[in-house]
Amino acid sequence: MNREIEGIYALWKREIIRFYRSKSRVIGSLGMPFFFLAILGTGLNNVFSVPSGGNYLQFIAPGIVAMVLMFGSIFAGVIVLMDRQFGFLKETLVAPISRLSVVLGKALGGATTAVMQGAIIMGIAVLLGAEMQLGGMLLVLPFMFLVSLMFVSLGIAIASMLEDMHGFQLIVNFLLMPMFFLSGALFPLSSAPEFLRIASFLDPLTYGVNGLRFLLLGHSDIGFFACLAVISFFTAVFVSLAIFLFNRIEE
Amino acid sequence: MGKISGNREKKAINVRSLGKSYGKLKAVDSVSFSIEEGEIFGLLGPNGAGKTTLISMLVTMRKPSSGSAEVNGFDVAGQPGAVRKSIGIVFQDPSLDEELTAIENLEMHAALYGVPGAERKGRIGGVLKLVGLEKNSKMQVKKFSGGMKRRLEIARGLVHHPRILFLDEPTLGLDPQTRAGIWEHIRELNKREGITIILTTHYMDEADSVCGKVAIIDHGRIIASGAPAQLKDELGGDIISIKCSASEKCVDGLRKLKWVKSAVRHNGFISVRVQKGEEKIPKILFLMEKNGVSVESVSLRKPSLDDVFLHYTGRTIREEEAKPLEAMRLRRKARTGRK
Repeated sequence: MNREIEGIYALWKREIIRFYRSKSRVIGSLGMPFFFLAILGTGLNNVFSVPSGGNYLQFIAPGIVAMVLMFGSIFAGVIVLMDRQFGFLKETLVAPISRLSVVLGKALGGATTAVMQGAIIMGIAVLLGAEMQLGGMLLVLPFMFLVSLMFVSLGIAIASMLEDMHGFQLIVNFLLMPMFFLSGALFPLSSAPEFLRIASFLDPLTYGVNGLRFLLLGHSDIGFFACLAVISFFTAVFVSLAIFLFNRIEE
Repeated sequence: MGKISGNREKKAINVRSLGKSYGKLKAVDSVSFSIEEGEIFGLLGPNGAGKTTLISMLVTMRKPSSGSAEVNGFDVAGQPGAVRKSIGIVFQDPSLDEELTAIENLEMHAALYGVPGAERKGRIGGVLKLVGLEKNSKMQVKKFSGGMKRRLEIARGLVHHPRILFLDEPTLGLDPQTRAGIWEHIRELNKREGITIILTTHYMDEADSVCGKVAIIDHGRIIASGAPAQLKDELGGDIISIKCSASEKCVDGLRKLKWVKSAVRHNGFISVRVQKGEEKIPKILFLMEKNGVSVESVSLRKPSLDDVFLHYTGRTIREEEAKPLEAMRLRRKARTGRK
């Protein structure tokens, strides 16, 4: 048991070291959310009135943080594919620790790095003028971690099914982008047409966005505990799926 | 005192009719052999012969379709964890994390293999010294040369003090000088630490000089095994290598001669196996001239492992190399057959 934990720790640490070393990747991945906040947020501030009060920048800030968590986590999960391409995956697959520990080490490491990215963009949002309440702060990081864990697992599950990186663009455009737009990160769901609302209820990111919005702004379309429950459910499903699919990898 | 515990030696590896098939393709076809402790054992064969699949089963990466194998006394199917803990592996393709430094790669390996924290530093220093990388330990692996990466991988395979080290094509793609260095390390390791080494290669001459015992594998079956010297002796006599016009006709003619043990055509050459080669050359040249065949070159040598391979398969290992497409197709087949 002890050894499994040491293995998980070693793999977690690897993700952190890699994250720390790949500064250009991190900066690159924070570019789009930054422009969303700085340009879309400030640009639409005066044309867009939020029913619940507050300005537009403030409204989208939690949504953009959630987006960073999703992209960062999915990418961390998909590193499994790069590991396969560069051969490192084999080293972990033949190690005398269980596949469960390998998945957990990667997922925890990936989630940690995603939370770091999310925290950076949250800081930027505050600097740009989004006011956030301090009351929820204590819960924000654990909640962000849970959201990240959910998406890393999804990423690992996807990566375990793909053979190489070619399919990744497809996932970005046909899974991640729709998930982002449907999540209510950019517009309030309460004023969206019926069919969009229904679609967004199926989107796990919706609950991440609303949970964060509740913690940071004090109000959201969906209650915090409902979000927490749904996210916990999705996390359990995706973690199980990741473990199942990762287990099937031969070679 | 007491009874002598029997005269069977302890086997490092014991393989009994091990097989792996992907659909109809038999990548490994009922292979049996055993390896003594402390031996350097070479699995020789062309690409796609089944070497890597065989090794993958022994290191518990793939599940056998049939048969069984024991590694260090542990069953590969039943006790994969115990097998993995007791072996070190260097894969054919690089498997380092290039973003990490040499030392970070080794530290992670030590953690994954449960090396006690207090021992890690000493062991890592030891293996780095063994492969001569102690000065580069804090360098990121992506800055390493091909030979340095290979040496680091060997070092990594040794961090947890395995009793058997698996090396899949340890010198593939390296320049001759680096190759010689790697073999030197391997020999040293075997001698000093007494580690059993099982390796695959298709550099026959290198296998000849390093391995105590070899098995030649082709189309998933072991077609010959034994000490390199023994295999060459079994072939016997000398090899006369001839380059001439009309080699097909000549091979047929040579085969009819009583004193010719075998005659094979490959890469434009004819290899003729005979006793007392120096006496047979004039005879062969005379016959060829009589039949109006022009001879470009003739050479005489003792059989090598290449000739052993040629003898058993009818092809040289290099001819196989020249057909990468076929090897690729085979691999692809194996991959799609997996699902």
